[in-house]
Amino acid sequence: MKTHDINRPMERILGMFGGKIIRFFAGIGKVTLLVKSLIFNLPFFIKRRHLVLEQMLFMGVNSLPLVIFTSIFTGAVSAVQAAYQFHNYVPLRYLGTAVGKAVVIELGPVLTGLVVAGRVGAAIAAELGTMKVTEQIDALETMALDPVEFLVMPRYLAGLIMLPVLTVFADVVAILGGLAVSVWFVGVSSYTFLNGFKSFFEMQDLFAGLFKAGVFGSIIAIIGCYQGFITEGGAEGVGESTTRAVVLSSVLILVSDYMIAHLLFG
Amino acid sequence: MIEVVDLHKAFGSNNVLKGANLKIEKGETLTIIGRSGVGKSVLLKHIVRLLEPDSGYIQIDGENILDFDRKQLMAYRRRFGMLFQGAALFDSMTVDENVGLSLREHTNTPEEEVKEIVSEKLRVVGMKGIENLKPAELSGGMKKRVGLARAISMNPEFILYDEPTTGLDPIMADAINDLIIRLREELNVTSIAVTHDMTSAYKISDRIAMIYEGEIIFAGTPDEVKNTDNPVVQQFIRGEAEGPIKAV
Repeated sequence: MKTHDINRPMERILGMFGGKIIRFFAGIGKVTLLVKSLIFNLPFFIKRRHLVLEQMLFMGVNSLPLVIFTSIFTGAVSAVQAAYQFHNYVPLRYLGTAVGKAVVIELGPVLTGLVVAGRVGAAIAAELGTMKVTEQIDALETMALDPVEFLVMPRYLAGLIMLPVLTVFADVVAILGGLAVSVWFVGVSSYTFLNGFKSFFEMQDLFAGLFKAGVFGSIIAIIGCYQGFITEGGAEGVGESTTRAVVLSSVLILVSDYMIAHLLFG
Repeated sequence: MIEVVDLHKAFGSNNVLKGANLKIEKGETLTIIGRSGVGKSVLLKHIVRLLEPDSGYIQIDGENILDFDRKQLMAYRRRFGMLFQGAALFDSMTVDENVGLSLREHTNTPEEEVKEIVSEKLRVVGMKGIENLKPAELSGGMKKRVGLARAISMNPEFILYDEPTTGLDPIMADAINDLIIRLREELNVTSIAVTHDMTSAYKISDRIAMIYEGEIIFAGTPDEVKNTDNPVVQQFIRGEAEGPIKAV
């Protein structure tokens, strides 16, 4: 009977490739089971409201300075770039329109999502990963307490609620940043800028942006928690989980951004 | 009675348990000994179904715990208290919140009474008055004692100890041993401990079982362990590098 020889280069490559595919689908299966358990635990949010509020404070209020700082420059650079591209082709009275549309539909939610993925997604994976390797999650289970109810559900709800809230702040600050640059450096009056913004503003753009933000918040929380739960080893394992959480959340934010855009505007 | 029957468990290509069989009688203290990485903690985690076997099963009073649904499993786990190797105290909570967590979650005990019970359990482990400290402010020995107070907070029928004396100085290790004996006498619990500390095993155990190459190869009283002619057991309890167990 012919046996598999792992030392043959072809079999080794196929083995590695096959292993990665199996791990990929196993991962999707595990995330699906986590989401199923999360849905089952959502009705307990009233009982765990103090944990939800605690996470909302951490994810939302504590992320606000970073989001505001990022948004000022996002709005500012949008105005500079739009003015450059409009040069000789499009009247500058549409500068407010371009900055407003870009910020509300795209830049506000996506950049807020990416910034929060770096700050909060990493923190969730590191905290839960440390809990996993120090057996605190095992301890919860031994005490007949559900880790999904205790740890995942509050983080998920906080992400779902606070990302849209942060995005509203990001949108306002970014538009003010764009306005400031337009007035001080491009020579467009504040009236012209705001008039351009208001003339083409549609509520559905805002809702689309906030819907995206809710999806991004869910991704950040679920991926962070999942990476924490599958952490193995010691400090090195926690570091790897943290990195994976940020990379995976960021990639999924951009992929889902495209999919939502296609769905809503395509 | 808890009965472990033909338990097999592998992690990837590493077959840790290869048909472990063990009976734990009500009221006894059984210690599982064996080298590091041999599957002692894995066996302990199967007993509370933190891990599920590849084959084999565990029975409690004739019921297979693998057949339990979620609700039954939760009720089963409430009958246990577990002291983890590193105590596994919740970092974000105070000592009071750690010890009183099960009481606050699973019972309708008034808050005043919970505080009293927490103080009482901390007194039992010699740690009264540290209710408001966080785990980060405690030494290794203090953490183990608080972990023990948390394990006994609901007056469990069974207590599982995962390496209760590892990492402690000899005096603190002996204090923990005394505590385990006192808990058995005062609370009349069934205890299962996992250790490679033979001083501790001789002192706290009614019976000692040795795990080697994924199977329980010997179980008997501390005297029977000392007097057995099984070469593997003798090498382990004497701590000798030469013998049937390969040191590296």
